Amino acid sequence: MPRVMLKKNPEGKLVFYIAKKDLEEVAESVEFDSSDKWGGEVLLSDGSKYYFEPMDEQPDFPVTLRAIRLDSGD
Amino acid sequence: MAALTREETEALIQEVLEVYPEQARKDRAKHLAVNDQSLEKSNKCITSNRKSQPGVMTIRGCAYAGSFGVVWSPVKDMIHISHGPVGCGQYARGGRRSYYIGITGVNAFVGMDFTSDFQEKDIVFGGDKKLAKIMNEIEELFPLNKGITVQSECPIGLIGDDIEAVAKKANKEIGKPVVPVRCEGFRGVSQSLGHHLANDSIRDWVLDPAENKHNDFVGTPYDVAILGDYNIGGDAWSSRILLEEMGLRVIAQWSGDGTLPEMELTPKVKLNLLHCYRSVNYITRHMEEKYGIPWIEYNFFGPTKIAESLRAIAALFDDKIKEGAERVIARYKAEYEAVIAKYRPRLEGKTVMLFVGGLRPRHTIGAYEDLGMKVIGTGYEFAHNDDYDRTIKEMGNATLLYDDVTGYEFEEFVKKLQPDLIGSGVKEKYIFQKMGFPFRQMHSWDYSGPYHGYDGFAIFARDMDMTLNNPCWKQIKAPWKTEESTNTEVAASA
Repeated sequence: MPRVMLKKNPEGKLVFYIAKKDLEEVAESVEFDSSDKWGGEVLLSDGSKYYFEPMDEQPDFPVTLRAIRLDSGD
Repeated sequence: MAALTREETEALIQEVLEVYPEQARKDRAKHLAVNDQSLEKSNKCITSNRKSQPGVMTIRGCAYAGSFGVVWSPVKDMIHISHGPVGCGQYARGGRRSYYIGITGVNAFVGMDFTSDFQEKDIVFGGDKKLAKIMNEIEELFPLNKGITVQSECPIGLIGDDIEAVAKKANKEIGKPVVPVRCEGFRGVSQSLGHHLANDSIRDWVLDPAENKHNDFVGTPYDVAILGDYNIGGDAWSSRILLEEMGLRVIAQWSGDGTLPEMELTPKVKLNLLHCYRSVNYITRHMEEKYGIPWIEYNFFGPTKIAESLRAIAALFDDKIKEGAERVIARYKAEYEAVIAKYRPRLEGKTVMLFVGGLRPRHTIGAYEDLGMKVIGTGYEFAHNDDYDRTIKEMGNATLLYDDVTGYEFEEFVKKLQPDLIGSGVKEKYIFQKMGFPFRQMHSWDYSGPYHGYDGFAIFARDMDMTLNNPCWKQIKAPWKTEESTNTEVAASA
C-alpha cells in the first residue's frame, strides 16, 4: 500500500509520485474521474496499475493517498 | 578526440567491466550506460540509488554529510551540533565554502564546529545528559543564536539515545526551535537519504511549529523563495539579483546564507524556485500539498539556460514580470556576449567529463555548450531515477553515463576518452592532475565562484580557460620522455 502523491500537471493530467520508489509518472486513465466520483483503477504511462478506493468527490489536488498496486506492469 | 559511436562506447563499458568478478560485473553493468535521447525513462537504461559494491572505491558520502553538510550547515543563525565523536564535525567544517553575511561567533555560526565530542563513557552510559548540558552552554555563550539542530553521527543510532526527548525539553527551556535530525551515517546508500531526513526534520520541527508565527508578515504577489542553492562561493547572491531585477521579491534562501526566520516564512511565498532538485524536492512537494505552493526547477548556469529559466519563471507571473525578464536578459546581453567572444575561441571543441553530486552533472552542460565545449561523459554520486530522466535529454547521443562510478572505472574511462577537462570532486582531483588532465573541482568551484547567473558565467568561463589552457599541462611529461627529445636523441645517435 504505497503512499502516492497526486497532482495535476500544467496540461491538466494527473501526475503520480511515490517518494520511496522515485516513481514519477503521468496517469493515462482514471476509472472514475467525474465531479461526484473519483478513484478506482489508475493506469500509468509505464503500464503499471494502481487502485484507489473510490470516493464521493474529486479530491483537492495535490494530495497524498494510499493506493494498492494491482500488477507489476511488465 | 573524436566522439565515440554507440558501439564503441558500449565496447568501452564492456572492456572496463571485464576485470570485475562475475557478480560485481553484473551489478556494475546496470550502473553504466550509453545515453539514448529517444528514451523517455532512465530506468530503461541505468540503475541508480543502490548500495555501492564492497571492495570498490566509491566517491559517495553518508547521510550525515547530506543532512549536516549540505542542507543544514549553511543556515547561518542556527547552531548545528555534530552529535557524536569529534571527527565528523571537524573534518566537515569549512570545506564547502557556503558564503554568508554576519559576524562569525556572534550572530552567524557557519564557519564554526560545534560537537558533543563523544568519549567512551558517553557511548557506555548514553549521551543525552551531555547533549542537554551543551544546549545550556550554547545559550550562555552564543545568546544571539536563533535555534539549534542536533545532527546525529553513527553512534547515536547505535546506542539508541533519545535525542528527540532532549530536543523537546530544551525547546521548552530556551524557547527556541531545537531540531533533532536522525541522520546517522549508516542510514541509506549515500548522502541522498540525509537530504530527505533533513527535509523531513524541517517539515516537522520548523515549518509545522511556525504556522502561527510571523502573522504580521505582509506578502506581495511576487514573493518567491530560492530553494536548493547553497551559496557556494556566492552562487545564491548572483542568482538572487537576477530575480530581484526582474521584479520578484526573494523572501527566503535555502539554505545558503539562509536564516531560520526565512525558512519559517517560506510557506507564505507564491512560488518555490528549485535549483538543486535532488536535495529539496521533498520539502517543496510537501509545501505544494499542504500550502498549495507551486514549484519550478530552474538552471542558472550559462546564458542560454539562464534566459530559458528566467522566461519559464516569468511565465508563471503577470506581464510586469515577463517584461522584467526580457529586460534582465537584454541588460546582460552585451556582458555575456563579450565573455563568449573572449573565451569561446580558446575553448571551442574541447571535451569535458563530469562526475559530481546530484545536480551539476546535468545543470552545467548548458554552460559548457555556450563556450563551445562538449560534455562526453557524465554521472552522479547519489542521483535517483528522476535525475537521470532529466539528464538523458541534456546529454548528447551515445555519450557515457556512469552512476556512482568507482575509482577504477573513472580512471579507465578517462584514459580511453582522453577528455580535455575533468570536473569532479577533491578526491579525484590529484589523481587526474597527476595523470596530466586539466581538472576543476566542481563541488566547491575549486576555491572560486560564484558560477550561477550572468556574473557567475564570466567567472566560470575564465576558470575553465585558466585550467584548460594552463601551460603547466605541457610540462607534465618528463623532458626525456617527450616525443621531441626522443626524436633528437635518435637523430643524435644516428
